[in-house]
Amino acid sequence: MRKRPPGRATAAKITRAEVEELLFHEAALLDDWRLDDWLALLTGDARYEVPSNDRPDADPENTLFTIADDIDRIRGRVTRLKDKNAHAEFPRSRTRHMISNVRIVGRNGSEMSVEANFVVYRFRRDQGVREYVGRYRYLLRVERDGLKIARRRAVLDAMELGSMGLVSFIL
Amino acid sequence: MNDRPLVLNEASSFRVNRATLVEPEILDLERQRIFDVCWIYVGHESELRSPGDFRTRVVCGRPVIFCRDSGNAVRVFLNTCRHRGAMVCREAEGNAKIYTCFYHGWSYDRDGRLDGVPGEKDYPQSFSKSDYGLMQPPHVESYRGFVFLNFDPQADPLAEYLAGAKEYIDLVIDQSPSGQMEVIQGTQDYDIRANWKLLVENSFDDYHLLTTHSTWLDYLKNAGVKMQRPDRDHLLPSHGVGKALGNGHATTDNANFRGRPVAKWIPVYGEAAKPEIERIRAELVARLGEARAARVADTNRNLIIFPNLLLADGSSVTIRTFDPLAPDRMRVRAWALGPKEETTAARAIRLDAFLTFYGPGGLATPDDVEALEMVQAGVAATHREVPWSVMSRGMGKTGDQLNSDELHLRAFWLQWDKLMRGEPRAAR
Repeated sequence: MRKRPPGRATAAKITRAEVEELLFHEAALLDDWRLDDWLALLTGDARYEVPSNDRPDADPENTLFTIADDIDRIRGRVTRLKDKNAHAEFPRSRTRHMISNVRIVGRNGSEMSVEANFVVYRFRRDQGVREYVGRYRYLLRVERDGLKIARRRAVLDAMELGSMGLVSFIL
Repeated sequence: MNDRPLVLNEASSFRVNRATLVEPEILDLERQRIFDVCWIYVGHESELRSPGDFRTRVVCGRPVIFCRDSGNAVRVFLNTCRHRGAMVCREAEGNAKIYTCFYHGWSYDRDGRLDGVPGEKDYPQSFSKSDYGLMQPPHVESYRGFVFLNFDPQADPLAEYLAGAKEYIDLVIDQSPSGQMEVIQGTQDYDIRANWKLLVENSFDDYHLLTTHSTWLDYLKNAGVKMQRPDRDHLLPSHGVGKALGNGHATTDNANFRGRPVAKWIPVYGEAAKPEIERIRAELVARLGEARAARVADTNRNLIIFPNLLLADGSSVTIRTFDPLAPDRMRVRAWALGPKEETTAARAIRLDAFLTFYGPGGLATPDDVEALEMVQAGVAATHREVPWSVMSRGMGKTGDQLNSDELHLRAFWLQWDKLMRGEPRAAR
């Protein structure tokens, strides 16, 4: 990425290709279970959210979500997932994050809003594939060391989690 | 069924046959002898606010409309048109003036009466709309906001059925200054590939806490929550008991060590939450007195209402109900419950605390689900060679039956066995 003058970080010139590079890189890290490297993509105040399927647009302060982590719980989640006693992910699922339809939908100073479609395939033991389909809503921020993820919300299209079962990996 | 013992209750041994988790014939019989005679949870009154509000659900395997009628009373209708059977309400939730079956246009009012029949004059003269209202289960009753139905016309009243569970429901309700708890929006709705009774056991089995949930305990410790070392004779950080409450209902009841939105602060909540938790605590003491306030705020209780409702008052309050889809599969639906007058800040703490433990993305429930699926995978093809599961913890012991013992699990299974044997009504 081009070097930016200090103190005047702006998202104005970030291209979709740069955004896609970040998102594709994130997907690769998650599928490889390189979770510490994934944490390095997040801002110090990052949030990770998966809304309940029947309230996809809600606020976790007044609505029960499936996941609504601040950065502390994101780190706690990663610590847990790296432990063999995180039984729901031991042995680990194999996942494949597919990302498309990436769009920059807003810019505000050093921040930008991005949306993308996803399909995440999850394979577990000898069971059939579980498909998680939906849309990511990202808030990205330009920081001194590059473009970072300040919020990622994974909104599932299914009416209920149903046969997907758990969201025990990073969606 | 009748000539094959499935639950063996002996002097110092309690065993459950694993066929109960596997065989389709047993699930068929459970539907008749358990789900069609017991009070089954439908929903909470707070989920419906005004006349015409509705939610569609599957309860006891039947599609139902859970709604408020024109007089604002809570009703349950079977969601099937009296004409040719189509579901008349196809939305998950909303407000209806009338329920119209789109197939041929029969429509029903909020009270379930058949209101409109296109081309009514072409029916024979004996046809009367008053004969064709939406059907209802024989009984619908509520206790402190929790609405249940019963498909047995001769069922005992709900209050009688709930027996000793009422006292434990009351403890949850006492969190609210006005005695009104409400379901918070957002439903966790997910399947587990395991027999439904395994979730009954798991929901109040505290024996598994240290091994199944070690990463959750580590998470709390890493966040600065002080965990006491267990006393002698205890596995868990605090003293607790398991109790049978009659009619198959049972609960755990233990001193809290995990933090509570009402009202015990832990570092996980953040420093900013401290004054709010202290304010809630003060209100509780002022209203209920020290002893009752401590009972409400300083104990965790996982209450099973037989057969398939959990009211867990732990890291937060959750209502969880689960229906068998097949012998090896269930659908779980769970909600968060909170005091109606809770402040915005307290509500946010409650929901955040919920997600530290509960639900399909929580830091603990997923490991429970894995445990249940491992049991199912373990027993499915081996239950003939390895027929019995052991549930004897605490038997023959003097003193308290601990929450890490299995008395409360046995209470569930004894009621299950009694109903499945089809003992005459008077004996139930």
